[in-house]
Amino acid sequence: MSATIGIHGAVKAFGENVVIDGVDLSLPSGSVTVILGPSGSGKSTLLRAINHLEPLDRGVVTVGGETIGVRVRTGRDGVPRYKELPERLILRQRSRIGFVFQHFNLFPHLTALENVAEGPIASGVPAATARARAQTLLERVGLGDRGATRPRQLSGGQQQRVAIARALALEPSVVLLDEPTSALDPELVGEVLGVIADLAESGTTLVIVTHEVAFAREVADHVVFLDHGRIVEQGPPAQLIDDPQHPRTRDFLSRVR
Amino acid sequence: MTQTTDTERDAVTRPDGARSGTDAHRASSPNGSPDGSPADATIDAAGRAALDRPVVPLRHPLRWIAAAVVLVVLLNFVETLFTNEQWGWPAVGKWLFSPAILTGLQLTLVATALSAVISFAGGIVVAIARLSRNPVLSGLAWGYVWLFRSVPLILVLVFLYNLGSLYPTIGIGVPFGPQLEVPTANVLGDLAIGVIGLSLSEIAYASEIVRAGVLAVDHGQHEAAQALGLPRRRQFVRVILPQALRSIVPAFVNQIVGLLKASSLLFYVSLLDLFGVVQNLSSTYPTDIIPLLVVATLWYLALTSAVSVVQYYVERWTARGSVRALPPTPFQRLRAAVRRGPGRRPGGADRRAEAAAAERAVTAGTSTTNDRAI
Repeated sequence: MSATIGIHGAVKAFGENVVIDGVDLSLPSGSVTVILGPSGSGKSTLLRAINHLEPLDRGVVTVGGETIGVRVRTGRDGVPRYKELPERLILRQRSRIGFVFQHFNLFPHLTALENVAEGPIASGVPAATARARAQTLLERVGLGDRGATRPRQLSGGQQQRVAIARALALEPSVVLLDEPTSALDPELVGEVLGVIADLAESGTTLVIVTHEVAFAREVADHVVFLDHGRIVEQGPPAQLIDDPQHPRTRDFLSRVR
Repeated sequence: MTQTTDTERDAVTRPDGARSGTDAHRASSPNGSPDGSPADATIDAAGRAALDRPVVPLRHPLRWIAAAVVLVVLLNFVETLFTNEQWGWPAVGKWLFSPAILTGLQLTLVATALSAVISFAGGIVVAIARLSRNPVLSGLAWGYVWLFRSVPLILVLVFLYNLGSLYPTIGIGVPFGPQLEVPTANVLGDLAIGVIGLSLSEIAYASEIVRAGVLAVDHGQHEAAQALGLPRRRQFVRVILPQALRSIVPAFVNQIVGLLKASSLLFYVSLLDLFGVVQNLSSTYPTDIIPLLVVATLWYLALTSAVSVVQYYVERWTARGSVRALPPTPFQRLRAAVRRGPGRRPGGADRRAEAAAAERAVTAGTSTTNDRAI
């Protein structure tokens, strides 16, 4: 199950600070996109805008042909505007978009299995079914025997794998990963990247914000380089990473590697 | 005594202080002494002879003296408990479980328990209102907290007690239309007034405790709950509140202890709680004033202790997930001690056995390393 993602004329400012400055992006169903960019370039904000964790000031995001968090309404003055949806509907849309956080954000008072089963149970799946499916997902990320463990007792890499399983529990058509390995010790990065690489092969549409350039080249179909809230350059990894055209891309890549 | 210690200290420090400046570098000199340890002029013959014996830790005579002084003072006081007839222990025994006292105790318990439950639930509601993005709701919640934190509890109670003269009847109905009215005194019994008064002011404090707890939960938890699409209520009940409870519980239990004692103010609205009964009995039996006060003290001590025990276990429960392994409860520790067998307490034989085991392990470790080296 996968869906297209479209970002149209996205603008977002925090006060005076314009973080996203007119981004248009169209990602085909089942594609794996990596967003690169220096810190403060707006890449995390853009990712969070896709599931409306960060509402846009202007512009719209579509997932699978559905506008996320807003719908267009023509006012009494005859001017169409995007209006924010009721929270209930936004939450329902979010349940179809998986999100993996840099700092995992697992629920510490729940076990790994309860973390994974929480989303489905909340959306009405019978508890027994949700737990069985959660167990399958934990096995898929290689943690089938850790279901009864609480997050604090897991390593960072294991926690992030549980978080990925949790994001997959609602069978999302799109999974967004916000620097999934940045908070990990170097020797734990590999296990998480392995799980993400498997996920990339499963055909789910993935958008990944990361600093792992080597991983991006290996897994991504499409790489977007963002700076000062604008797309500087985009293209297949072979082109963008190995033969960057824009000086800012070149500068960034030389510093990251 | 002090002088001896000083001389001793001098004896220890002087050679060290005098020589360390010149000889420190010799410690690492390569030429070895006959017995194999490196030559070091700071260690003389006596020092070498002492190498095999355990180091004697510093003694703390002043600690023993201070403890003795405090104990003597305390025992002096304890002695008066037995010698001073005025304590009236037989009377304490007579009153401790007397029906009058137990009735008062019951009222204290009922009023405290009801107010605690109401104030916890109400505190959550007011805290949610205060945290709401609706400015009217959050403003009202702020005003409520402001009002009832500012006014002394006894004033609230007396105010409520006299509500009948302010509003002789309470009614509800269509404005300017038909009304349903009842006399205030009929609706609000004394206990209801007491519980409402206690709750009104406790809710104000409890809401601030709950709000602090909710604010202490990591922002990432809110985001993760939102990203999973959990409905609003479930976000709070399932994700935020359980984590907030960890900081809420200690502060709220503190409130309950305060509430338990504040319930003695109910005496002023003609409710006979534990303290009220004691007051009444003291005026009837003026010779038993002291024993009656002792009885009240004992009961308040017992109630507070019971609350503390409950708090310990509730805190253990709310700590799950925030610590890797919970420490054993006193009961578990006791059971473990019993299972280890009588007469073998930790710190005694056990620790010695442990030390021996550790020594064996070390020796074994060294020997294996040696084997490997050879």
